[in-house]
Amino acid sequence: MNHSSVLQVGLYLLILFLLAWPLGRYLADLFEGRVAERCPRLAAVAGRFYRLCGVNAGQDMSWWRYALALLAFNAIGVLVVYALQRLQVWLPLNPAGMAAVEPGSAFNTAISFVTNTNWQGYSGEAAMSHLTQMLGLAVQNFFSAATGLAVAIALVRGFARRSVAGIGNAWVDLTRATVGVLLPLSTVIAVFLVAQGVVQNFAGPTEVSLLQPVEYSQPKLDADGQPLKDAAGQVVTETVTAKTQSLSMGPVASQEAIKMLGTNGGGFFNANSAHPFENPTPLSNLVQILAIFLIPAALCFTLGHMVGDIRQGLAILGAMTLIFLVMVAIAIWAEGQANPLLTALGMDGSGGNLEGKEARFGSVQSALFAVITTAASCGAVNAMHDSFMPLGGLVPMWLIQLGEVVFGGVGAGLYGMLVFAIEAVFLAGLMIGRTPEYLGKKIESYEMKMVSVVILATPLLILGGTAISVLASAGVSSMANPGAHGFSEVLYAFSSAANNNGSAFAGLSANTPFYNLMLGPAMWFGRFTVIVPVLAIAGRLAAKPRLAVTAGTLPTHGPLFIVLLIGTVVLVGALTYLPALALGPIVEHLNLFL
Amino acid sequence: MNTTTAQLPQSIWRTLLAEARPAISLFLALSLITGLAYPLLVTGVAQGLFADEANGSLILKDGKSVGSALIGQPFSDAKYLWGRPSATGPQPYNALASGGSNLGPLNPALVDTVKARIAEQRAANPAQTGLVPQELVTASASGLDPHISPAAARWQIARIAQIRGLPAERVQAIIEACTEQPAFGLFGEARVNVLQVNLALDALK
Repeated sequence: MNHSSVLQVGLYLLILFLLAWPLGRYLADLFEGRVAERCPRLAAVAGRFYRLCGVNAGQDMSWWRYALALLAFNAIGVLVVYALQRLQVWLPLNPAGMAAVEPGSAFNTAISFVTNTNWQGYSGEAAMSHLTQMLGLAVQNFFSAATGLAVAIALVRGFARRSVAGIGNAWVDLTRATVGVLLPLSTVIAVFLVAQGVVQNFAGPTEVSLLQPVEYSQPKLDADGQPLKDAAGQVVTETVTAKTQSLSMGPVASQEAIKMLGTNGGGFFNANSAHPFENPTPLSNLVQILAIFLIPAALCFTLGHMVGDIRQGLAILGAMTLIFLVMVAIAIWAEGQANPLLTALGMDGSGGNLEGKEARFGSVQSALFAVITTAASCGAVNAMHDSFMPLGGLVPMWLIQLGEVVFGGVGAGLYGMLVFAIEAVFLAGLMIGRTPEYLGKKIESYEMKMVSVVILATPLLILGGTAISVLASAGVSSMANPGAHGFSEVLYAFSSAANNNGSAFAGLSANTPFYNLMLGPAMWFGRFTVIVPVLAIAGRLAAKPRLAVTAGTLPTHGPLFIVLLIGTVVLVGALTYLPALALGPIVEHLNLFL
Repeated sequence: MNTTTAQLPQSIWRTLLAEARPAISLFLALSLITGLAYPLLVTGVAQGLFADEANGSLILKDGKSVGSALIGQPFSDAKYLWGRPSATGPQPYNALASGGSNLGPLNPALVDTVKARIAEQRAANPAQTGLVPQELVTASASGLDPHISPAAARWQIARIAQIRGLPAERVQAIIEACTEQPAFGLFGEARVNVLQVNLALDALK
């Protein structure tokens, strides 16, 4: 990394922490009900809203009632998003006349957006009406982030509370997350993005003239709209001249804001944040990467405030930041190199690897974006990861496989990292022969069983899914690149789905019945096989008394614990995935440079 | 509320029934707020404060849209500045089907494509004997990239000046006028808007 990239990353983190610090305090106040106490008029409006919706806001839910509420809410989401896609052709706000989405794709997309994955098998500008984007996909961008936020807060309550049965009220938490956090922040970000050039309208495709008409060939269609074939079975092509360019429009900025803030990542357009209408300038890019990490970073401060010891939150934040810095350095270095096969042909390689990158972002901002979007569970892209250099593509893939605990998704990052923290104190407890405790709560066999489920569920989905796919002809035929890179495409797809990231090595043709059906359940179980055990841990912890700190307590706020936590995360991730990574990006790197 | 794990199955249906009404009503109410009220509010503010940007930063000439300042157009005529190769189909710079090539670094198809582009660039710019700028031979991520680097633009000055019979300084000045700098001199790259340069070149009479 040169001087300028160090400055870019440093300044980015500085702005991030300056914004996250007050937001973290606000989140603690909001979810502990102190904002409502301070503002009785707001509390009155909220009370009326809850009564209208039949919510018993005073009820403190047990963990399993909380989990059932979240599952029900998310299941409704799947049904509604599926229905909107299937019915969009008859619904309003469809100026481009999009047809009903095919059932397999609609099923996959519905699960994808409900689980905060935003894996996109479809191309937005060619498949979704404005109504589906707004009322289906963008709504789930809010709800899935709110779900993650609620689960994280519930887990922190498990540590903060003493000897109580409940972990909070799911309906109140979802409402506070949506209306009290995501909505106001999104509105501000959306307006800023429009000022930078992100479109926000309800128009259909807009025609503009081309300065130089372009000639191209396309398959000739018969009267039924099917491609014509000649006697030899070859598709007949015709040469056409285009004098105009159709620009896709829509309510993009409003969706873009929550897509980043909610670490969702589902682009309005196929090219996602590489599309100039989604991310037109380096400044819009900066705001987007800040939005991705904003709530995940703030939640570390929230943890500190809620357990009454800010150092605990800072330790988690420190561990995340250290892993992040190492990964960023590797990615920026890897993408700063041009492809040696291309420079050998006489191409100037001084700009780094620019295949699949936008000129306004260059290699540094593209690599930084890729690391941030995969450290979090965002999955938006401003460059095509499939065309990254082998090690530049390994970093995003491995960050996803670590479980997206480096800042991570909204809520999901914190509860994922806290699971690793429990694992870390358990390992430390084994080494020194004491009952492990974390944040004043004794960690016992029930919690460790749940932690094991969380840590083992996603590797099972990823490695199992990849193994099945590379053995099935329907899985192999979708690969776009030959050799090790084709394997990487499949491994990345399952890593991304099971960890709810949503980015892709996008050459893989994933909108096939095989991948729609394989990846849909991977996303659902990757999400809720983590959320339910985490809530179980929260419920069990909340019921325990808080232990006093003694001389025998392992301090969990110092450098020793930070190293232990990083070691646990990296060790679990390395042991689980190194063999698979060796078959993909690592062998590819050796092929390219040796 | 002292239900233990063993009692779970009996309670699940009762709980789901009890929570069905809040689940459905809250879903509907929050959907209306975030799925309709929010995008309408943002659209209202956007159209009021930043109408040009909200509608696609269109460039108007004689009342007609001649392109968007943010969306690139394909150029292959020697008198124009050329932009990034585009991987969209069926035609390049198809703004209804954005996307990159997704070719991996070792893919022979990438090497062949770039080799052909380098040959094309060399043939079109015989005055240039050095390395070919990378933006001119690698596909962008969106397929709609409106920019190239100042170096890649300068590389084409000799060709454009010769065909148009213009002094090189004139072309250089237009390119500089259409160059944007990194944000705060730090974030992102310096870049030249290809369509704006070509519109300015055509406007010279």
